[in-house]
Amino acid sequence: MKIAIASGKGGTGKTTLATNLASYLAEKNKVVLVDLDVEEPNSGLFITGKPVRTETKYKMIPQWEQDKCTPCGLCQEVCNFNAIIQLSNQIMVFPELCHSCFACSELCPTSALPMIPQKMGVLKHLRQGKLSFVENRLEIGQEHAVPLISQTNEYVNKYFSDGLIKLYDAPPGTSCPVIEATKEADFVILVTEPTPFGLHDLKLAVDTMKALKKQFGVVINRYGIGNDDVLDFCRKENIPILAKIPNDRRIAELYSCGELIYQKFPRVKEQLKNIEDYILELKNRATQ
Amino acid sequence: MKIAFTAKGSKWDSQMDPRFGRTEYIFVYDDNKDEISYYDNRAIENAAHGAGPQTAQKLFDLNPDILITGNGPGGNAARVLEQAGMKIFIGAGEMTVKGAFDAYQKGALKEF
Repeated sequence: MKIAIASGKGGTGKTTLATNLASYLAEKNKVVLVDLDVEEPNSGLFITGKPVRTETKYKMIPQWEQDKCTPCGLCQEVCNFNAIIQLSNQIMVFPELCHSCFACSELCPTSALPMIPQKMGVLKHLRQGKLSFVENRLEIGQEHAVPLISQTNEYVNKYFSDGLIKLYDAPPGTSCPVIEATKEADFVILVTEPTPFGLHDLKLAVDTMKALKKQFGVVINRYGIGNDDVLDFCRKENIPILAKIPNDRRIAELYSCGELIYQKFPRVKEQLKNIEDYILELKNRATQ
Repeated sequence: MKIAFTAKGSKWDSQMDPRFGRTEYIFVYDDNKDEISYYDNRAIENAAHGAGPQTAQKLFDLNPDILITGNGPGGNAARVLEQAGMKIFIGAGEMTVKGAFDAYQKGALKEF
């Protein structure tokens, strides 16, 4: 069971929900929490555990070998990303633009563009009790989150069986990294706040999930601020509201100290229970 | 001497295009021959990534001595232009091409 926690707007509480929900579910179930916000992974601030494995992740980029080059210009022609250009008899490679498609390297008639590994990020896998935690951290200077997200998914698929509850903390927004982080999910939880900004970006996220043909529901965080427009929108669109997490300054204080909140706030725990019931119901239906 | 301008049109009174990579036209003035020419770069709109290097490559082929533009090229394009060894002047994004040329002649533009 794969559940992605996403949002349109940033800062709505994806990580708060992901970490608290993961810990809460892991009281009874085997759970793996995966932080796919590789550009700024922060679930790890709230989850501790014993290190299981650390892996360095690489992407492959072409490196020009001048002595082998004819220079025919084919590499530049086949590159869809303008990552290679030819200046008379010089070839220039722009690693930040490269999507590792191998076209230039494979098609080069004189093998003058061998692919070489470049460090892209570091994956960490921790475990504490029934809760496993995997994060992948993009190397400073790397611009592409998608390949690292994809490698994180491969890791999780390799080491964890499908019977587990897998929670994915997705990046914010609606662009490629979010698509990559949610495309394997059986269900997506969209976290929003009940404000005009929250609603605006929730609509974008809803459109994205519809385009991906995903099943999804909404969790309203900081419930009590703003207005009822998010509630009205969800009602009108028939989107289930799984939980409403109350707005409370003490929650923000605990968060800023890197602490989980549900053990100290029965009202939050009740809301997590609502989500749990919904998820387990989905899981039962899926296995029937 | 050949001078290239990033421009929104192909005439002296066209507005300059402040963008480098996604400039609509490259306007070229050759003051030895007193000749103007231009390159229509509007196909660059379709490039999701790497507009800078691609336009820089076009400039490399046009081979001007001087480039006059607005905001200036980004890091990738600058690497290419450096290879070409052309001088780059910026800050002309809000002028017409003629205005930018006059400002360059008066020494009023900043070198990149």
